[in-house]
Amino acid sequence: MLEIKNLHAGIDGKEILKGLTLTINPGEVHAIMGPNGSGKSTLANVLAGRPRYVATSGEVLYEGKNLLELPPEERAREGVFLAMQYPVEIPGVNNIYFLKAALNAVRKHRGEEELDAMEFLQLAREKMKVVELDEAFMNRGVNEGFSGGEKKRNEIFQMAVLDPKLAILDETDSGLDIDALRIVAQGVNALRSEHHAVLVITHYQRLLRYLVPDFVHVLANGRIVKSGGKELAEELEQKGYDWIEEEVA
Amino acid sequence: MTVLTDLRSEAAGRFATLGWPTPRVEEWRYTNLAPLQKIQWRVDDSRQSGESSASLAGQAALELVFVNGRHIAGENQYRGESEVHIADWERNALVALNAANQQDGARIEIPAGTVVDGFIHLLFIGRGDGIWSHPRNTIVVGKNAQVAIVETYVGTGTYFTNSVTEIVADESAVVDHYKIECESRDAFHIGSVFIRQERASNVTSRNIALGGALARTETHVALAGEGASITLDGLFVGAGSQHLDSRTVIDHLEPHCESFELYKGVLDDNARGVFDGKIIVRPDAQKTVSRQVNRNLLLSETAIVDSKPTLEIHNDDVKCNHGSTIGQIEQEPLFYLRSRGIGEEEARNLLVYAFASELVDRMKIEPVREQIRRALFQTLPQRMPERRGEAR
Repeated sequence: MLEIKNLHAGIDGKEILKGLTLTINPGEVHAIMGPNGSGKSTLANVLAGRPRYVATSGEVLYEGKNLLELPPEERAREGVFLAMQYPVEIPGVNNIYFLKAALNAVRKHRGEEELDAMEFLQLAREKMKVVELDEAFMNRGVNEGFSGGEKKRNEIFQMAVLDPKLAILDETDSGLDIDALRIVAQGVNALRSEHHAVLVITHYQRLLRYLVPDFVHVLANGRIVKSGGKELAEELEQKGYDWIEEEVA
Repeated sequence: MTVLTDLRSEAAGRFATLGWPTPRVEEWRYTNLAPLQKIQWRVDDSRQSGESSASLAGQAALELVFVNGRHIAGENQYRGESEVHIADWERNALVALNAANQQDGARIEIPAGTVVDGFIHLLFIGRGDGIWSHPRNTIVVGKNAQVAIVETYVGTGTYFTNSVTEIVADESAVVDHYKIECESRDAFHIGSVFIRQERASNVTSRNIALGGALARTETHVALAGEGASITLDGLFVGAGSQHLDSRTVIDHLEPHCESFELYKGVLDDNARGVFDGKIIVRPDAQKTVSRQVNRNLLLSETAIVDSKPTLEIHNDDVKCNHGSTIGQIEQEPLFYLRSRGIGEEEARNLLVYAFASELVDRMKIEPVREQIRRALFQTLPQRMPERRGEAR
């Protein structure tokens, strides 16, 4: 589904990813862990096409297509979703209107019929239950006045509605209490299937207790330096990141 | 009749003395009326019908329709005869010009203690080329009375509307005033609004400017009674080579008055916007509270906005703040919308609408809100999904 080959990328001329290689197949959940500054968020942003993040060399193939040359909206319509670390507040853009427009753009791209207001509301209500988000939130501006936890849950709610093939979670767990963490994991687990893949980017192992990955990779200094199964996450939690950096050095 | 004739010739004399304002005058620094003076304007003598899609007949408690300055429809059950002279034509040339050529207009008087259900709609339609009109509206709202009044300006052709509206809010009166300028893209529009407020009155005056080749609205507010409160909301959205000018003067004359002003401008293409907002706090106006904000969004590299907030304070016992910003569409929200599959053009439009919607959402009259929403969608650079509010 996703093939990242020797990716070099950065921001404002500063190289942060220095030859990252990773393959994700349908049905798999991958976790990328790493200390601050290792390039975790850069990877997420490059994959989603955030402006200013530039790939200087290497390749990213998504279902055989060159992902890096698609504008962000095309990536989303092709089924790539980024749950953002810091979701922005957009007062004046109604949450539910925004999400309906997004879903219909995605559906249109897939050659599916657009949903009308009633059909959409029904779907939205169903998905809202999964992330335990109150319906009142839907009539507010996008993320407007949401707490940190509500913003993260709104990301997962959007993901559930848009039903992406590849979901990337950029530190969705940071700053969440245990209940919110459980809800987020619940939302992601509901998406898991043989057709879906998930890339979880995190600093901590906490989320991975609820959202058990198939593979864990350690990112250090812009490269994946170690890969393993879910037990690697526990090892990292106990020992920290220093030993890896030492081992690699 | 002779009184009126005398007044007209006096005003005409005054206009002759003052002449057309030029950018050399500080108040007209950013707006040049030269293109307007090249045309030989004439009054329309025919009686045209008043069909317009801007009509809110059936929704308004009362609708008066004027075509090229002539009253052609609507029975005014609130007609009043009070003499009001707060529009200053001694110093204001366009007001003198209006007085010299004065035509029909709405004369409305809401008796003390009367609360008008719904809203009163004054619809001014301009039609044809080379026609000017000088409507004069007088709105007197009695003690403890309450009313919502909407002025709408629409039309087709190269015409010139020079309107004057005087509003007097007596003690504890509540007035919700809308001036919606949706003139033809070839038209000229100068609208002068004068508001005088007595003790504890509460007035909101909303100035929406979407149309016109060159349009300017002046709003002059005199807070002349203790504890009076004014809210000035403004929104100007210009594209092409439109020139949209808003000038406001709030004069705090008495203690404990408050003024809240929020003007937003959206300029695209080669459009130019002006916000010139002055707040005066007189020596007697202790405990004044005043907040003035002007925010502008530029959508192209060639659009221009001149923002000039001014505070003139003559006593120490006041709480005043003002500010102004000029910016572009922010990258973060744009990326956020796009990252969910919304195309760039639509995402931009959504953000422009979001910027403007703060003022639209504050409007209390639903049919007017809807009309402004529709007008905004038409104004936005590309097609907007038509029924934006449907999933609400």
